[in-house]
Amino acid sequence: MLSRVADSLYWMSRYVERAENVARFVDVNTLLSLDLPAGYVEQWTPLLSTTGDEAVFAEHYKTTSKRDVIHFLTFDTRNPNSILSSISAARENARMVRQYITLEMWEHINRFYLAMHSGARAAQKGIAPHQDFFSEVTSASHLFLGITNATMSHNEGWHFSRLGRLIERADKTSRILDAKYFLLLPTVDAVGSPYDDIMWSAVLRSTSAFEMYRKRFQQLSPDRIVDFLVLDREFPRAIHYCMLSAQECLHAISGTPRGMFRNRAEQQLGRVCADLNYTQVRDIISGGLHEFLDDLQRRLNSIGDAVHDAFFALQPTPVVPQYPAGREA
Amino acid sequence: MLFPTYDTGGFYDEMFENDGSARPCARLLFKRISSLNDGELRVYQQAAEQALFRMGITFNVYGDEAGTERIFPFDIIPRIVAADEWAVIDRGLRQRVHALNVFINDIYHEQKILKDRVIPAELILSAKSFRKACVGLNPPRGAWCHITGTDLVRHEDGEYYVLEDNLRCPSGVSYVLQNREIMKRTFPQIFDQNNVRPVGDYPSHLLQTLQEIAPSRTTDPTVALLTPGVYNSAYFEHSFLAKFMGVELVEGRDLVVTNGRVMMRTTNGLERVDVIYRRIDDDFLDPSTFRSDSLLGVPGLMDAYRSGGVALANAPGTGIADDKVIYAYVPKIIKYYLGEDPILANVPTYVCWEEKERRHVIENLDKFVVKAANESGGYGMLVGPHSTADQREKFRGAINADPRNYIAQPTLALSRVPVIVEDHFEGRHVDLRPYVLYGKDIFVLPGGLTRVALKKGSLVVNSSQGGGSKDTWVLADTGVSC
Repeated sequence: MLSRVADSLYWMSRYVERAENVARFVDVNTLLSLDLPAGYVEQWTPLLSTTGDEAVFAEHYKTTSKRDVIHFLTFDTRNPNSILSSISAARENARMVRQYITLEMWEHINRFYLAMHSGARAAQKGIAPHQDFFSEVTSASHLFLGITNATMSHNEGWHFSRLGRLIERADKTSRILDAKYFLLLPTVDAVGSPYDDIMWSAVLRSTSAFEMYRKRFQQLSPDRIVDFLVLDREFPRAIHYCMLSAQECLHAISGTPRGMFRNRAEQQLGRVCADLNYTQVRDIISGGLHEFLDDLQRRLNSIGDAVHDAFFALQPTPVVPQYPAGREA
Repeated sequence: MLFPTYDTGGFYDEMFENDGSARPCARLLFKRISSLNDGELRVYQQAAEQALFRMGITFNVYGDEAGTERIFPFDIIPRIVAADEWAVIDRGLRQRVHALNVFINDIYHEQKILKDRVIPAELILSAKSFRKACVGLNPPRGAWCHITGTDLVRHEDGEYYVLEDNLRCPSGVSYVLQNREIMKRTFPQIFDQNNVRPVGDYPSHLLQTLQEIAPSRTTDPTVALLTPGVYNSAYFEHSFLAKFMGVELVEGRDLVVTNGRVMMRTTNGLERVDVIYRRIDDDFLDPSTFRSDSLLGVPGLMDAYRSGGVALANAPGTGIADDKVIYAYVPKIIKYYLGEDPILANVPTYVCWEEKERRHVIENLDKFVVKAANESGGYGMLVGPHSTADQREKFRGAINADPRNYIAQPTLALSRVPVIVEDHFEGRHVDLRPYVLYGKDIFVLPGGLTRVALKKGSLVVNSSQGGGSKDTWVLADTGVSC
């Protein structure tokens, strides 16, 4: 398939996934703040680090009030990773491959975009987004995924789209864990207090993992939460799951058997998977979770670059014609 | 909403006779619309507009607030063409497109028509659209112009006239298909028993036409549609056609010429392209042959084309027959090559290049429509009766400075159709652009783009100048005429 088309499919999905994650972070944090005691300082700045946009925020805002952070993450077009910016970018990428994706996918992403714009227009008039707005973003993203899986052939383009989504998701899960873990650790002293429980469950809810975690481990504990969000092979937002599935995509695209590699992207992703396969949660904690996640994010970025080099940025090289030279005009 | 207050205003109305009764071919439609409850029609009109937004059939408004998008205005009252009228249009278009293809082939080979002095040779050689790079080329079966979108207008005498030939990259066919789709979704009951001929098979015919011109080395040619990119105003159409043909949609940067072959950059290396349906003008096609500042094209494309490495549709060079001065000679072209009288008449045209005709035009600027030979989209045009003295003065200067570049035509009283204006109907002027595919067979799509000048009294139907469109119904032959 065309490199440019593959590139757009990959980013289309990445941006939809990004919007979904941001929406869930905001949603969970808002609900969490309602449970916290009066006088407790609300934690809105860590949200900025989960999207990596603290610098952009500091450039445009003087305070870090709830309202400012929510606006910045939701409708601010100066923030390239706000929900509105992400969905605009996803739709722009979809527009560039409109001939390749299905009509259902296009119409959905277009509707998604229009809904974000009408939300933004309301916000301009001072009407803050209703809480439901954020769950609507999440379900619109799920719907897009479902429509993609149900209407598009599971061909090379579909694998690129899935790859983008998985890499983005792994990145976001690692960021939310990184940001929250250190804020929450001090409260381990107050183990057993209701707030401890509430805040840890908020971490799980931020990755939509609460119910699945409960089914596996029941009691909340920081180590098990790390175990679940990093190393679980079955939970679709766990980093390990994302990496294994991303590996499937890459091998489906290149046709290389697993355990072998034909390009840097496959090689690097294979190493990450191998590391996760043979890591236990106590290894992570003893070596430092932050260091572990930081390293993982660097490797994810590097995989993203390698995918770009291997598939999207093809330089023309002379090729041997596969047929006898033609004569006619 | 009913018709009693509707006034045909003394124009030929596509739906009503002068006495206000519905034309025979429109009676059923009239009955359906009249039977609707008050307000129903506006609900359908709004539903159609909503559907266009939802489907993202929009264009960006430049210079407007970021994120502002508009739809091309669409009016849900269809324009009807009766079967017997269509039969004439169909035959006329086949004849015309055939003759024009023979003409282009002659111009790039022996130039018999110039030697026989049917057309002055200077006119051809002075045309900007004459491509020296195309002299002596032999596209398959001598077909140069595979896709045509001829503009027709109906005058107050009730006759159709050819206004322009559009032999380069005619656009709009996606709106024909899309308008029909929208109508079927939002207003299905109106089709009942009307025997409207379907238009949905156009992409299949187009694909076949493109595959037929593939270099003969392959039985399974790769077809690609070359677009200037996502910011082009016709991008929707490009993606629409690529999608419904299932072919690749490429930009210049996706293509590269190596070893005389056009290749596209894929995730799996370079892959060969056999046929390119290009929606980029000749000028921008290949910076190494035509305009060197073009960023849209593919360096080396013309060489690959000349050596048979790739087929192009339309072939480069067709613009010569699309020159508005050459247009004036098309009746003679038909007679010369086919020995037939034209079935569809030209609009009477004054060629300013001829001294006598120029003088007549200059003296009567307020009565004529003046057009520049090489412009399209409603640009470079003076509508005399609606012009100011200032504008006429400007054109007078321009014509005298470069008479070769101007033609003039009498202002036509374009036919009108009813459109919905708030809570009532008003008449608006329309044209009709049918589409013709010239392959092994000639295919005329039974339908076309009806463009409406939505501004009251306006005669300019171009979308860039405030025009909208309507679904166009060509009726199957059931013995009802208009």
